[in-house]
Order: sequence, then C-alpha cells, then structure tokens
Amino acid sequence: MAAIATLDRTAKKGVSAVQQYALISGRALGNLFHRPFYGADIITQADIIGVGSIPIVLLTGFFTGGVLALQSASTLAQFGAAAVTGQLVALSMIKELGPVLTSLMVSGRNASGMASELGSMMVTEQIDAMRALGTDPLKKLVMPRITATVVMLFFLTIISDAIGILGGAAISVFLLGQDGSQYFHTAYQSLRYADILQGLAKPLFFGLIISTIGCYYGMTTRGGTQGVGRSTTQAVVVSSVLIIASDFVISRFMIGLFGR
Amino acid sequence: MSQAAIAPELKPHSPDEPAVVFENVTIGFENKPVINNISFTVKPGETRILLGPAGVGKSVVLKMADGLLRPDSGRIFVFGEEVSAMPEEDLFALRARIGIVFQEGALFDSLTVRDNVGYRLTEEHLPDEEIDRRVIEALRFVELEHTVDKLPSQLSGGMRRRVAIARAIITKPDLLLYDSPTGGLDPITSTTIIELVMKQRDVYRTSSLLVTHRLQDAFVLASHRFNREANKMEPLPEGHSDPLTSFLVLNEGKLVFDGSTHDLVHSDDPFLKEYLT
Repeated sequence: MAAIATLDRTAKKGVSAVQQYALISGRALGNLFHRPFYGADIITQADIIGVGSIPIVLLTGFFTGGVLALQSASTLAQFGAAAVTGQLVALSMIKELGPVLTSLMVSGRNASGMASELGSMMVTEQIDAMRALGTDPLKKLVMPRITATVVMLFFLTIISDAIGILGGAAISVFLLGQDGSQYFHTAYQSLRYADILQGLAKPLFFGLIISTIGCYYGMTTRGGTQGVGRSTTQAVVVSSVLIIASDFVISRFMIGLFGR
Repeated sequence: MSQAAIAPELKPHSPDEPAVVFENVTIGFENKPVINNISFTVKPGETRILLGPAGVGKSVVLKMADGLLRPDSGRIFVFGEEVSAMPEEDLFALRARIGIVFQEGALFDSLTVRDNVGYRLTEEHLPDEEIDRRVIEALRFVELEHTVDKLPSQLSGGMRRRVAIARAIITKPDLLLYDSPTGGLDPITSTTIIELVMKQRDVYRTSSLLVTHRLQDAFVLASHRFNREANKMEPLPEGHSDPLTSFLVLNEGKLVFDGSTHDLVHSDDPFLKEYLT
C-alpha cells in the first residue's frame, strides 16, 4: 500500500510540474502581445544570452568542424572518397551538429544562468516584491528571456555552422593537404534548401526548450541556496536531454517531410 | 497619491470601510495546515500587530493580504475588493494602494537604491525628474538620502530595511504591510526601524498590519507616539497605549488573541501568559 501511495504522490507531482511548466511558458509567451512591452529587457537579455555566448559558440563550432574533417577524411580515404570531406562536414554541421552542439553549449551557459538568477530572486523574495510592486514577473523576467534565447540561438547556430565549415576547411587544407576549392565546392554543391531549413528550424525549438526550462526551474525554486543549486543543475540536465530527444523527433519529421 | 490616479479601474472605497478583512481563512502547504480558520479586521488608520512564535505562519497571513498567496478556503477583502478571488491582473492594480516591507527587505540586488525606491514610478513611466524628486523625498523620510546611488550590497542590514520602507511608502499607500521589519537586527537599529513605522502611523495615519515575533518592538510601538516637532518618538503617559494600535496573536495556526494592548497584558490565557513572559 505504501508503494502505491508513493507512486500516486510521484505521479501527481509529475503531472502538476508539467501543468505548472505549461502555465508559466504559456502565460509568458502570451505576454509578448500584451502591454507593457519590455523591449529594453529583451535587448539586455539578447546581449547576455546571444553576444555573451559567441566565444564558446565560435570555439565549439571550429573544433567540431575540425574534428569532423579529421575523423571522416581517413574513413572516406579508404573508399577513395576523401574529396567529399567538405560535403560531409557541411551536411553534418548544418543539419545536426551546428544546432545541437550550439544549443547544448547555450543550455549549459544560459539555462543554468536563468535558473540560478530567477531562483535567487525567488528565495530572497524579490519575485514576490516585484509582484507586490505591480509588475508581472512572467512579463518582465520570463518573456524577454524566452524571446531573446529563441532569436539569438537562431543566429548563433548560423555562426556555428559557418565556423564549423571553416574549421573543417582549415584541417582539410593545412593538416590533410586537400584542395581548398574542392572542399568548398563539394560542401556547397551538396546542400539543398531542405537541409538549411532543417538546420534553422531546430534552434527555434531548442531555444524555446532552453529558456522555458531555465525559467521554469528558476521560478519554482524553493529551499534557499541549496534549492538554487538544485534548480540550476536540473535546468541544465533537463534542457540538454530534451534538446537531444527533440532533435530526434524533429529530424524524423523533417526527413519524412523532405525525404532527406 | 489619490486612489483614482493610481488605479482608476478600482471602485472607490468609503473612508469607514475596513482596510483588511479576513473571513474564516485557511491555508496549508503540502497537505500540512498552516493557518486554520482565522478571522480579523484592520480598520482604517489602525495598526494591528501580529504576534506569534517563529514559524507559525505570520508571514503567510501578510502575503495572503497582498494576494501573493491564495487561501485554500475563506475570503480576504482589501478595501472591499475580494483579493482571494481576483485574477492576478486585477491584483496588480489593487497593489498600487498597498505597500509591503519584506522580511529581509527583498531589494532588487542589481538595481541602485534610486531604482529600487522608484521602481513603481519607473514602471508607470513617470518623468525622470519627478521620480528623482519623489525618491529623495521617500529616502529623506528614512534619513538615507545619501545612499541614492548605492547598490543594496553596499548597505548594512538596517539600511536595507529602511530603503525597503522608503520603497513601500513612495506612492503614499493606503495600507502598509510589514513582515518582521526588525528581524535579525541589533536593538539600536530595531528601534530606528520601529520609530519609522511609528512615524508613518502617527504622521500619515496609514492602516497597517505588522508582523513580528519581537515583543519589545511591539510594545514600544503600542506605548509610544511620534513627536513631529522633536522628530523623535516619546513614551505615552504611564498606563496609556496608542488607541489605534492593537494586537493579534497566532499560535499553532489559530488566532488565539484579537484585542487591545491592555487586554493582551491582562489576559489569563496560559499560552499568552507564558508567551509574554
């Protein structure tokens, strides 16, 4: 009986958490179309989340493209297809690695940042104070973070894709002695609009996941500084897992839609 | 500030209407009852001191009065509006008439004292000059004009509490809620804070609900008045207490006392006797 009661309690907790997540995200997104519009807060968050993430995105993109070229060139050479290294790097970066790795890096940096910042505000009653002073925290704090993350992750992914392809080129040319124009030619020739669409649709979903999960854990933080630490960890873990899981679902859907 | 200027959508309230009414209010967290069926009233201009042991749910009562928490059952009225049944959007308008001082001040740590105190005015898009003027006016009340450009982290605990009071009174609210304003402070700083609460009570006659577990602060508030000429508090004659200051005592989720200072100190209730000693 005790086991059933525990199961019942856990299930109810889970359903309640999903309900709360949906409510927080839904109300925050709904606020995008209601006054007052916190444009300055969106710009501030875009600077923190987007501009602040550029160094890690550049580094991750460059080395991912580089290692992709390094690993694939030797395998492709066994089939006499080393010339298509550019094609492999470009397709992998644009369709998969660019969006996913950029999102994982941004998640590690910003989902944790959002959860800890909002969590600290929760436990020090600053969120209550904001409500008491007549401001809706979902409008002032959550909506700008969601908007900024979705928009900036889109552009960060484009940067990551470009730098990844350049990183692959650098390794192919300077380390593997391949021809640079051939690398870029095969990379360009193999790309279709469906690939680009797939690669650019993903960061929109991933941005939504990162920001809503980060804000949800922040806004539901309880239990002092220990609670803030717990929320921060959970935000990163849950958003990372959801990014990878949803990547599979989106990829399957896109392949079904475009046939590649 | 006039009621119409702050919240034109709220219905006007009569001067005799109670500021706060709790009717059979019950609330619990995670299946544990915290407040059990309490009822009380805060009349206009009245200061009610809510006493009780630590962890009894005093802050919960205050947050329910501001609509920050909703009761599981019962009804709460503030200026005739049922806050326990109002949507959050309408509560934002009503809260323009309520000032609240949180337990640790709850200042926004990334904003300067000026931006903290003038937060509500900034949100209302008032001109910068007017915000500056009113912020200085509010800070002068708590004698902290010189801290206007400082961050909360550069202030002492007592100064943070005084800035929180300035933030609460800047719009000249009709109701003030104080959540343990002297908690964790040394006796001298506590007296400064209590003097400010008293000044607000005696100069502006603002209705207020003050939560504390420090009996000495509560009795200083009840047995002193603020002298405007001397700009300091002074004791009332022996045996007298402020007629508009009265007490509520919470214990184990129930309201065990609701009455005047005289009734409280002469109560025969064993718990109250033990609590007061």
